[in-house]
Amino acid sequence: MQARITSADVSALARGCAVLGTGGGGDVRPGAIAARRAIRDHGDVPLVTLDELPGDALVLPLSGIGAPTVSNEMVHGTDEPVRIAEEIERILGRPLAAVMSSEIGGGNGVAPVAWAARLGLPLLDADAMGRAFPEVQMVSMYVAGIPANLVVMADVVGNVVTIRPVDGLWSEQIARAVCVAAGSSALMADYVLTARECAGAVIEGTVSRAIAVGRATEGAADPLAALTAELGAVRLITGKLADLERRTTGGFARGTATIEGTGGDRGRILQLEIQNENLVAVEDGRVRAMVPDLITVVDTQTATAIQTEGLRYGQRVTVLAWPCDPLWRTPKGLETAGPRAFGYDMDYRPVEEIA
Amino acid sequence: MSIALRVGIDVGGTNTDAVVLDDDDRVLATAKRPTSPDVTEGLRAALDAVLAELPEPGLEKHVKRVMLGTTHATNAILERRALGRVAVLRLGAPATTSVPPLSEWPDDLRETVAAGTAIVRGGYFVDGREIAPLDVDAVRRFVAATPADAIAVTGVFSPASADQENRVAEIIRAEIGDVPVSLSHEIGSLGLLERENATVLNAALYGVARDVTDALREALAARGLEVETYFAQNDGTLMAVDYAARYPVLTIGSGPANSLRGAAYLSGVTDAIVADVGGTSTDLGVLAGGFPRESAAAVEIGGVATNFRMPDILSIALGGGTIVGAEPRSVGYRIGTEALVFGGSTPTMTDAAVAAGRGDVGTHPVPGQWRERLARAVRRADEAVADAVDRVTLGRVDRPLVAVGGGAFLLAAEVPGVREVVRPAHAEVANAVGAAIALAGGRFETIVPASGGGSSRATLIDNAKEEAAARAVAAGADPASVQIVELSEIPLSYLPEPAVRLHVKAAGPLARQAG
Repeated sequence: MQARITSADVSALARGCAVLGTGGGGDVRPGAIAARRAIRDHGDVPLVTLDELPGDALVLPLSGIGAPTVSNEMVHGTDEPVRIAEEIERILGRPLAAVMSSEIGGGNGVAPVAWAARLGLPLLDADAMGRAFPEVQMVSMYVAGIPANLVVMADVVGNVVTIRPVDGLWSEQIARAVCVAAGSSALMADYVLTARECAGAVIEGTVSRAIAVGRATEGAADPLAALTAELGAVRLITGKLADLERRTTGGFARGTATIEGTGGDRGRILQLEIQNENLVAVEDGRVRAMVPDLITVVDTQTATAIQTEGLRYGQRVTVLAWPCDPLWRTPKGLETAGPRAFGYDMDYRPVEEIA
Repeated sequence: MSIALRVGIDVGGTNTDAVVLDDDDRVLATAKRPTSPDVTEGLRAALDAVLAELPEPGLEKHVKRVMLGTTHATNAILERRALGRVAVLRLGAPATTSVPPLSEWPDDLRETVAAGTAIVRGGYFVDGREIAPLDVDAVRRFVAATPADAIAVTGVFSPASADQENRVAEIIRAEIGDVPVSLSHEIGSLGLLERENATVLNAALYGVARDVTDALREALAARGLEVETYFAQNDGTLMAVDYAARYPVLTIGSGPANSLRGAAYLSGVTDAIVADVGGTSTDLGVLAGGFPRESAAAVEIGGVATNFRMPDILSIALGGGTIVGAEPRSVGYRIGTEALVFGGSTPTMTDAAVAAGRGDVGTHPVPGQWRERLARAVRRADEAVADAVDRVTLGRVDRPLVAVGGGAFLLAAEVPGVREVVRPAHAEVANAVGAAIALAGGRFETIVPASGGGSSRATLIDNAKEEAAARAVAAGADPASVQIVELSEIPLSYLPEPAVRLHVKAAGPLARQAG
């Protein structure tokens, strides 16, 4: 793996994070711009693996929380990570050793490069999802049974809020309320872990994985084939976005996208159920992929991932699906982020069996 | 009897097309001339030519309006030519500081355009609260210390809450007087960095807009014409020339929009695939309700991301000058000497189409030894068109295809995936016709509650419609006949109340002229 993230790595990372975002996780562009800017101001960001950190080293998982439309408009300030780090170091009485992305999918996968650069800390080659999920408790630490010890949030005007939640579900509810009060966008540290606690409780290698996914399509003669091979993905359909039904319920943008096959897939129709992320793919009443496995819609020509908010009638797209991290296939993992956690009355079946 | 004639002009990459339409939108005259490097010469030549084509002498005195579609602003950005220096002011601190203005601009463009940048305290939250009160002193200090040709002002959430941007404009006027000010809420939609980029480009283009306007006025004055002049916008609508002078960046990308609108008018078909076959490429777009279907992707201009809505166009390398066996190269404007049918020695797609019996073009027969290769080229071109049509249609095969542009005869009589191929009269100057018949348009975007019978939602939607209509009227539309032509809602997530981004577009015919 590579030892540091330079300005030249940021666009590959961003493209890879967009793919791993499965339609959600927010736009990668502002995070990428902030990352390049921060590297310019503060230098390259070392990328470290867990075994390179001492067991008692403190790891700071960070993520932006809020509506992508809001964070694309009310872009983050520079000082939010500093306020969070100062608060945590004050509470715990010792320094932080590394930053970790809470969510490698979407903008939250690339922005931690900026936060780490601002803090002068290395970035851990890991995250807490391996993709993007919409809720705060949908993280690997929750699945691994680590108690939600501390949540610290900072908003754009300088407020810092510390939460001592009794569990992950409460941290989601309270963090959500704080986020709304803060103008629907904030920076959040969720869990503070020692390197020792991280083992088995985070998904390792995902930063380098995102960079590799982004690199795969760079200059490729057939970007779609290159991406599909790099991901080990199944191509569910290639076609046109023929219908898009959107509705907002429970604060989430839900919808159904209908993709009509073209070329070799002519005559086939795939329906994609969406709740911020792409969650379930159905063809002829048969489920072909479901959460927590990853389903991503890409532009057929460029293999660039398309966010659910960017889906438009008439786009020429290909839908890819591939297996999630094994952690999400455990009973606790499926309870946390399986189809029933999103309100679908279906039992999870792995993509490699049903696609 | 009073007649009012209109001239439509489209300055394209290769040709400058001009048409004259009468009161009833009938085409009286058409002309096509090469585009000159400085635009004005080709513009004048096309204008002279089209007026000379009028059926009766003296008719040109009845020209009352001229509509211009031009790539001049785009070229100025691409070539970093004649751009003004801009003081870039953002209202948003302490938010937004992680990405200062112009962070991702190409260095040479930033050096050409930026007179200085600042992020001052101000801006709004999504729900209309202030992030911080506007730092009036900081605004004053910045504009006083940053001499510039124009000032670009971008406030966080200004498309929903414009007060601070408007106050800054007043402060600047009081402080330094008559410097042109570009306010982001008048330029673009949500998405701070893309809107800011568009606003800065707009400010940098004031001088360019003035040059084009002056050139057009000069060309018209040289003909003794006293007319109202309009510019075509990237969504296929028009704006009055004084409006275009304030929003020059909106003229970017008007070419494809004009060709789609012209195709709709000439064919009388409002829902169709349009193929505009030029000298080097064929542009395919979709007409829905008489307007171009728009692209969702961000638009990059000169290496800068902006958030304009542009027509969704698929370009393939097929044109009348395309060299058979050396695609996608084209002989371009040299087709009149190089193509086989003009006695030249280069086999082009024009030769292939003539050999296939699709057109009667040129002065020489196609030499026999080329026939087999040309026939293969026609088959390949037909496959490329069929594939492109398949990609822009939505699996629907009941729509017609309207063939326009100088190379429209290249297209087969039947194209797979479409109901029929329509070839309207004057298709070769559809772009200029599109400019001449365009409506005046205006857009407005804001955030409204997603649901609930609350009167506030209904009121906000009504206000948005009124604002879009007011902008269309400001662009020149007749207040009595302006209509809402598009209203779309995109849900937002993670908000205190479910909310949607509301996008409204209004358009209407130009106001009737007095006299």
